[in-house]
Amino acid sequence: MTHPAIRFEKVSRHFGDIKAVDAVDLEIKDGEFFSMLGPSGSGKTTCLRMIAGFDRPTAGSIFLYGQEVSTLPPFERDVNTVFQDYALFPHMNVGANVAYGLMIKGVAKEERKKRVDEMLDLVQLRGFADRKPSQLSGGQRQRVALARALINHPKVLLLDEPLGALDLKLRQQMQIELKSIQQRVGITFIFVTHDQEEALTMSDRIAVFNQGKIEQIGTPSDVYERPATSFVAGFVGTSNLIHGASAKRITGEEGTYSVRPEKIRLAYAADSFSPKMIYANGTVRDVIYLGLYTRYLVEIEGGDTLVIIEQNLRSTSMDVLKLRGQSVRLSWEKDHMTKVGG
Amino acid sequence: MHSKPDKASWGLTLGAIGGLLFLHFPMFVIFLYSFTTDEATYSFPLPGFTTKWFGVAMGRQDLWDALMLSLQVASVATLAALVLGTLAAAAVYRSDFFGRDAISFLLVLPIALPGIVTGIALRSAIGSMEIPFSFWTIIIGHATFCVVVVYNNVLARFRRMSGTQIEASMDLGANSFQTFRYVVLPNIGTALLAGGMLAFALSFDEVIVTTFTAGQQSTLPIWIFSQLVRPRDRPVTNVVATIVILITFLPIFFAQKISAESSETEGGSK
Repeated sequence: MTHPAIRFEKVSRHFGDIKAVDAVDLEIKDGEFFSMLGPSGSGKTTCLRMIAGFDRPTAGSIFLYGQEVSTLPPFERDVNTVFQDYALFPHMNVGANVAYGLMIKGVAKEERKKRVDEMLDLVQLRGFADRKPSQLSGGQRQRVALARALINHPKVLLLDEPLGALDLKLRQQMQIELKSIQQRVGITFIFVTHDQEEALTMSDRIAVFNQGKIEQIGTPSDVYERPATSFVAGFVGTSNLIHGASAKRITGEEGTYSVRPEKIRLAYAADSFSPKMIYANGTVRDVIYLGLYTRYLVEIEGGDTLVIIEQNLRSTSMDVLKLRGQSVRLSWEKDHMTKVGG
Repeated sequence: MHSKPDKASWGLTLGAIGGLLFLHFPMFVIFLYSFTTDEATYSFPLPGFTTKWFGVAMGRQDLWDALMLSLQVASVATLAALVLGTLAAAAVYRSDFFGRDAISFLLVLPIALPGIVTGIALRSAIGSMEIPFSFWTIIIGHATFCVVVVYNNVLARFRRMSGTQIEASMDLGANSFQTFRYVVLPNIGTALLAGGMLAFALSFDEVIVTTFTAGQQSTLPIWIFSQLVRPRDRPVTNVVATIVILITFLPIFFAQKISAESSETEGGSK
């Protein structure tokens, strides 16, 4: 039987009274692109630092392919990190930066040079070996950091918000590139981010962190379409939470339900009834015309206000703005609504 | 706006020349009188020109002893300052403990304190511990202010260095020693050089603290001082002063150059 790449067993990291990470259980599979998603202070970066060895758990154990590593120093773990600020060595050129791990291991010079060239090819920086990090752009430094970490063929690559400092266009390009590099090298990637879109774009699975605990682990579609808790529903994309009187009216049951704004349809008159659908009556409180789509705020019976997003396929701003104050009927498929805990 | 930026007004030029003259004229006088033929007084114009005092200086054993002692003291004090100053800077930079700012202040204090106070404090401390005054007590005295120079330089460099570099090095398989050698040392190298040269220069011409901490030995500055009181071959003192100016000038010049260069290249690379 093969071991998971990373396994957390009731791992905690407390700083005094602050429970940065609180009894977390986690398994990351071999070869997976795994994201840790959460707001700042949710414990995701602390988890990453404990895998790297910069921090040690106050309780629990961390296993790397079955071997316990909880107390090993960073240089005795077969794990490499791409840092948020890249942490390139400013006194070395790009080639020496990338070769650093091999130099420490005592790999011969010709072999080092060959592998540095391969790595620079992989990250599309062929011919940059003699430049200094200060002569590179942010995106290029990012690639150097990636090459420097990957050249050691680590069992697991850790990425600590590596795209945070890049502008939007470059970030989107790097997301696609990171994913394709990961597929080519076949190494387990653990990616820490607070950007839900980034996590949804690249990951095989996502763990959503909140206050030192994991709220949900699942594929991007699991997390997006079937959020387990109201926190996940709110953090990953925008979501409507229906509770109390409104929930009782619609479903006949108490509880909290989540439904995504783009799943809800707006009808001005009662159309045909389907048992697969859920219906709610309401009044349009506000209409925000955004060109590509329109955002409606509709107060439904029972008091909750829902956000609805509809593409402006045929409607113009004149059409949609007329809806303000109108009575409408909302409908969505039963499958698109999930009951959430908490 | 009215005048070209590359041409200073003649008033400013005159002021600058005046300032430089004020600072350096005395040194020129010393330089001039190391070539005089009059051995007792400073008379102008020089009664004659001679280079014989350089020869006389070469032959004076007491002068050579003083010079060697000064060089040894400055070297050992600088070495001690490099080690202690770097360690202190690393401790203050990397850890966050109660009273850290107070300790930082206490480390810098000796350089602000008047030398006479440091001197008398060291004299009574060393005396009360019944340690004989020697070569090593001079070094202890000099180290008090040499450490500060190194500490300040290295701490400033640490603050500019991205802290994750050390983590990155460990992450890539380097142990603490390798990390220090390949990452920390190159980063603080020029700061050590600049700090070390300043420390050397400070130690080399120190008079006050040395007077209090030396035993029978006399360092070069003390020797010069004693020459003023009991003059013998007065121009020899001028010769020595000229040489000291040159010896001190070089390290300070390079230290400045290095600091200026590294502040230009750094910062862009973060």
